[in-house]
Amino acid sequence: MLGSGIVKGFVETARNFVGSFHDPGRLVTIEYPDERQELPENSRNFPMLVYDGDDRMKGLRCVACKICEKECPPQCIYIEVERDARGKALKHPRIFDLDISVCMSCQICVEVCPFDAIKMDTAFELSTDNRFGGLLLNKHQLAKPNSYYRAIHPLEAAEVDERLAAEQARAAAKAKAAAAKAPAPAAANAVAT
Amino acid sequence: MNTALLIFSTITLAGAAAAMTLRNLIHCALAGAVAFLGLAGLFLGLGAEFVAFGQVLVYVGAVAILIVIAVLLTRPARVAGESPRVEPWLPGVGIGVLVTGALVAMVKASLVARSPEAVSSPAAPVKAIGEQLMTTYVLPLEVLGLLLTAALIGAVLLALRDPGEARRP
Amino acid sequence: MFELFDQLFVNLKHAVVGALPEGWQVLASPLISAAAILGVFASLFALTVLVERKGLGRIQNRPGPNRVGPAGLLQPLADFIKALTKEDIVPVSADKVLHFLAPVVMLAPVLLAYAVLPFGRNMVAVDFDAGLLFFFAAGACVELAVFMAGWSSHNKFSLLGAMRAIAQMISYELPLILATLGVVMLVGSLSLVDIVASQAGHHWGWLARWWVFTPWGLAAFVIFLIAATAESNRAPFDLPEGEAELVAGHLVEYSGFKYAIFFIAEYLGLFAVSALAITLFLGGWHAPVAALDWLPSWFWFGAKLAGFIVFFIWVRGTLPRVRVDHLMGFAWKFLLPLVLWNLVVAAVWWYSRGWAFAGAGILRWVGCAAMILIPYSLLGRALYTRHGLGPRTYRLAA
Repeated sequence: MLGSGIVKGFVETARNFVGSFHDPGRLVTIEYPDERQELPENSRNFPMLVYDGDDRMKGLRCVACKICEKECPPQCIYIEVERDARGKALKHPRIFDLDISVCMSCQICVEVCPFDAIKMDTAFELSTDNRFGGLLLNKHQLAKPNSYYRAIHPLEAAEVDERLAAEQARAAAKAKAAAAKAPAPAAANAVAT
Repeated sequence: MNTALLIFSTITLAGAAAAMTLRNLIHCALAGAVAFLGLAGLFLGLGAEFVAFGQVLVYVGAVAILIVIAVLLTRPARVAGESPRVEPWLPGVGIGVLVTGALVAMVKASLVARSPEAVSSPAAPVKAIGEQLMTTYVLPLEVLGLLLTAALIGAVLLALRDPGEARRP
Repeated sequence: MFELFDQLFVNLKHAVVGALPEGWQVLASPLISAAAILGVFASLFALTVLVERKGLGRIQNRPGPNRVGPAGLLQPLADFIKALTKEDIVPVSADKVLHFLAPVVMLAPVLLAYAVLPFGRNMVAVDFDAGLLFFFAAGACVELAVFMAGWSSHNKFSLLGAMRAIAQMISYELPLILATLGVVMLVGSLSLVDIVASQAGHHWGWLARWWVFTPWGLAAFVIFLIAATAESNRAPFDLPEGEAELVAGHLVEYSGFKYAIFFIAEYLGLFAVSALAITLFLGGWHAPVAALDWLPSWFWFGAKLAGFIVFFIWVRGTLPRVRVDHLMGFAWKFLLPLVLWNLVVAAVWWYSRGWAFAGAGILRWVGCAAMILIPYSLLGRALYTRHGLGPRTYRLAA
């Protein structure tokens, strides 16, 4: 009969109303400043620079190769290489600036980085009252320890750590082999490939 | 009572005058609504509640709206530089004088003018009005109802027909 | 004791008026009534906005406002301060005078309508002989205010919204007024006090003799509720403000406190029309069952009004907005014939009141109910299954 659908709708909304008081499964709102949702493994916001060890600047994995600067679609990264007194480039950034008002969180910088130096951060509470300086992050602000990286992206970080450890072991073996002046360089090549 | 009469007469006359003199047609229509409201106040002052509320309901609620929408749908409201004076003014004045004269004559001939004390308490209850309408004045009421229904159906028919409709099966 | 509580406000007012000097009493009596109505219903408005926001939230499985004050209770205050302190913008091309007057013209008749509503035993500001007509006459002025708001803003959205609002209000005024006519016919009076008085007494010694307990009364009540929802521009009939197509209808160019006044007028109109429904069909301030007569009359009126407010919030949380052609079709093709037929049923009910044989009461009730339900279902089937809710062919698009 005409009007039965309306009655059905009323029953449904009444069920919602009553249910929201006693059924926590219905009231799914997370009241954000008071309680927080656990971010999923793959969540990302803006890039950060990972460093190893204790010194924020010495431990940076970044070698200032500028690949990310070139690849960045909105061109939000600016890098200058650190040079010594004779003008020889050191494998270290003197300036690494990232404008998060321009960054579009595409993660291309992370994918092109051959040194696993730049990774995506999950921090999102970045609001500031200074829209130029406050949103332009320098290398001190961007540097995050590897332990932090492991905490926010455990699976990805474990994979990266494993790979880096393997590479280091290989490099160490190669160096040892080179130091021992091994008569068979082919063996070292075989390990490398 | 006299103060109220004075206030409402002023409102009515001012509204009517504004309705005739303002340049913007929408303003004229709204001023007309003010005049209707003042008239309702006058009726209320005379103790004729039913007529007063009927006046507001019909004239402010329906007729004023009708005028306003008719103005909106037919012509732009802001007519620049158009003279408010209608050219053949003599027939207009003549009709005005005739209507006023007829009204004055009717009021003078009515029961109120001859013996004011006979109708000094006109606070007729709604029930009495209804009973009169259903007994003494039932024929005029029915005729009016028929007339309005015919007008309504005519309006609907006029609005219903649109070009191209005849071609369809 | 009962007398004391029941007549508490009446006696309070008499005491205040009596304490004044002779010449002031005539002036003070209506002023006190007006101030009381204004104060009570303005606070009710604040409360309703909060309850509505929280209730709608719960219906949509979210908590609703809960930041301002304990459990969000001070939210109306925050809203009020926000509305007061916002910039009042008048468009350059607007008709300044009418733009300013429209909110005033909107609110004034709505407040006037409260004058004739009986809120409790002896609690009515003015008892007009034609009180019901007064109520509708006041309501009719609102249309003009909506038009003024829409036209003076000089904005095509607001003009379209105003035209829609007027079309809707005029269309639904007919079923609204015709639905009340059954009660007027049987009571034989337009005075709302008389109409409440006619619903005194009890069926079988316990159930109140409200008009809603008769078949035609129930039908008229439902039609009245639908038409009242449309008259007060509330969901699902809030097309004049349809955000999706008209931004906010006639309110587009209003901001700050003028907008707040429109908002208040809308809610006060809703309360007024709910109060009228209570007066006409739900026995006004009478208790529903004889056993509860010991509660004061104004309590019962307030309880019923609260029930109406909750119901309207529930409706808003449930039904989606109707389409504009359905809106008009529903009023003219469905509600109007039904409400006219309902008057006939009311007449049958009136003429069958003298039946005295065994089972006459049940036969009368069932017979009248069938007289309404059969046309209802036939009309509904004819209108809404044969041509109604299918793919629509547009006449002008060919």
